[in-house]
Amino acid sequence: MDTLIQFSFVVAAALFIYGLKQLGSPATARRGNLISSTGMLIAIVSALVDQGIVEYQFILIGIALGSIVGVAAARLVQMTSMPEMVALFNGFGGMASLLVGWAALSPAAGTFNLVTIVLSILIGGLTFTGSLVAYGKLSETISSAAVMFTGQQVVNSLIVLSILASAFMFCLQPTDPQWLYLVVGLSLLFGIMAVIPIGGADMPVVISLLNSYSGLAACAAGFAVDNNILIVAGSLVGASGIILTQIMCKAMNRSLANVLFSGFGSAQAQGGEVEGEVKPITVEDAYYVLEAATNVAFIPGYGMAVAQAQHVVKELAELLEQNGAEVNFGIHPVAGRMPGHMNVLLAEADVPYDQLLEMDEINPRIETVDVAIVIGANDVVNPAAREMESSPIYGMPVINVDHARTVFVLKRSMASGFAGIENPLFYKDNTRMLFGDAKESIGGLVREFGS
Amino acid sequence: MIPPEVFLTFILMLSVFLGFELISKVPATLHTPLMSGANAISGITLVGAIGLAGTGNHDLSNWLGAAAVGLATINVVGGYLVTDRMLAMFKKKEN
Repeated sequence: MDTLIQFSFVVAAALFIYGLKQLGSPATARRGNLISSTGMLIAIVSALVDQGIVEYQFILIGIALGSIVGVAAARLVQMTSMPEMVALFNGFGGMASLLVGWAALSPAAGTFNLVTIVLSILIGGLTFTGSLVAYGKLSETISSAAVMFTGQQVVNSLIVLSILASAFMFCLQPTDPQWLYLVVGLSLLFGIMAVIPIGGADMPVVISLLNSYSGLAACAAGFAVDNNILIVAGSLVGASGIILTQIMCKAMNRSLANVLFSGFGSAQAQGGEVEGEVKPITVEDAYYVLEAATNVAFIPGYGMAVAQAQHVVKELAELLEQNGAEVNFGIHPVAGRMPGHMNVLLAEADVPYDQLLEMDEINPRIETVDVAIVIGANDVVNPAAREMESSPIYGMPVINVDHARTVFVLKRSMASGFAGIENPLFYKDNTRMLFGDAKESIGGLVREFGS
Repeated sequence: MIPPEVFLTFILMLSVFLGFELISKVPATLHTPLMSGANAISGITLVGAIGLAGTGNHDLSNWLGAAAVGLATINVVGGYLVTDRMLAMFKKKEN
């Protein structure tokens, strides 16, 4: 029986791997997710029929409660709130691993086992509180600004040293519960301290990293309870999170260390002075320009999500296509608050995925674009990243909208972007500012086309 | 006979490399569903938690395991469902 269970874990692992492979293309991704969930079902059923289990009521209560919460959350969440939800789920995963690591502690545990228990508690704990802080920042329950104070690095270093010391003592004296409590408490504290200095615009990196940690925590828990499938699945997730973290850091031209420790966006931007005049445009005039355009590109940013403008953007895109224009969407890797955030919102609005172009696809053809419409994006289209060496974002790859023939920037007011950096794009000769709520401005354009 | 620690570490090493290979092929368009799908997979902790919640010992370890079952189930159920909901929205252009 035990061998059979172990073999079914092998099947489950194969299904996870195949499912992830199918995620490589939008056409097969949904089936991939189904395959992966089948693997999960097999693994859970195998765990349930294990002979070591003598009592089912707690398991069933846990599964029932967890399912209710999970189904409700998955059904009710708005696509714009997806980053918050993923952050929260990461946290639950981390906490589960912490609890499993803790529960796996037995008087018979050897040193290797103790080390893996400490690791699952440590990674799980910091994932849990780190994710809660990330959730708070993303949902704006707490301020999304970076929290910095003098001596922060010193305090954090002390916490890390204390964690190491108490983890070491725990491995020496596993029967003494105080070291264990200390490791748990310090890990939870460290999660908070690690995420508070990170500003809202850097959240894509943080969520990716916490995603990776939740996998690594499951992996450590797998070592603690001596279970292969936890190790395989956990490390797949860990690898996935690390790759996304790398992509996000590269898209911001910053190192992971810089994102984690610098409190970017908290200091007021120095930048350089930007000279020139801002040229506003009315909805009516914008309509005349768009009517004559044969190639239009939308560049969405977080502001589109905030204004919930994706549906009306899709409407405008359709009208432009009926008018004979080619319409594309240029999506920067760090647009929005998590990797791929904009793509999901536009998919929700029924924009076909072949119209969603990555930065490297849109940039070579941006010169043929008649009108680039920037909706609620700022830093990801900032030409200062190319032109101004003094700019904090100098060197970051951006979508070169200023190379399009005309640029419309939809913006509430002249306030600077999330990172607080001046944007010379607004002062370029070919830029026109369409001030106001993005949803209303686009809605106005849609009405103009209708009349 | 390979010692179990070495065996488990071996599996870890192979899975990490496999994970890198698999995930680097996922296009940027699908990064959000990838993340929530990966999140659901990290709910695999549930499998470990089930064993601890069903020992019938009614000790601390038992309660911790039961709580872990609840949390990990949220991850698994919520993660897969929301990923499916998102992926259902991705459509190709009809001609």
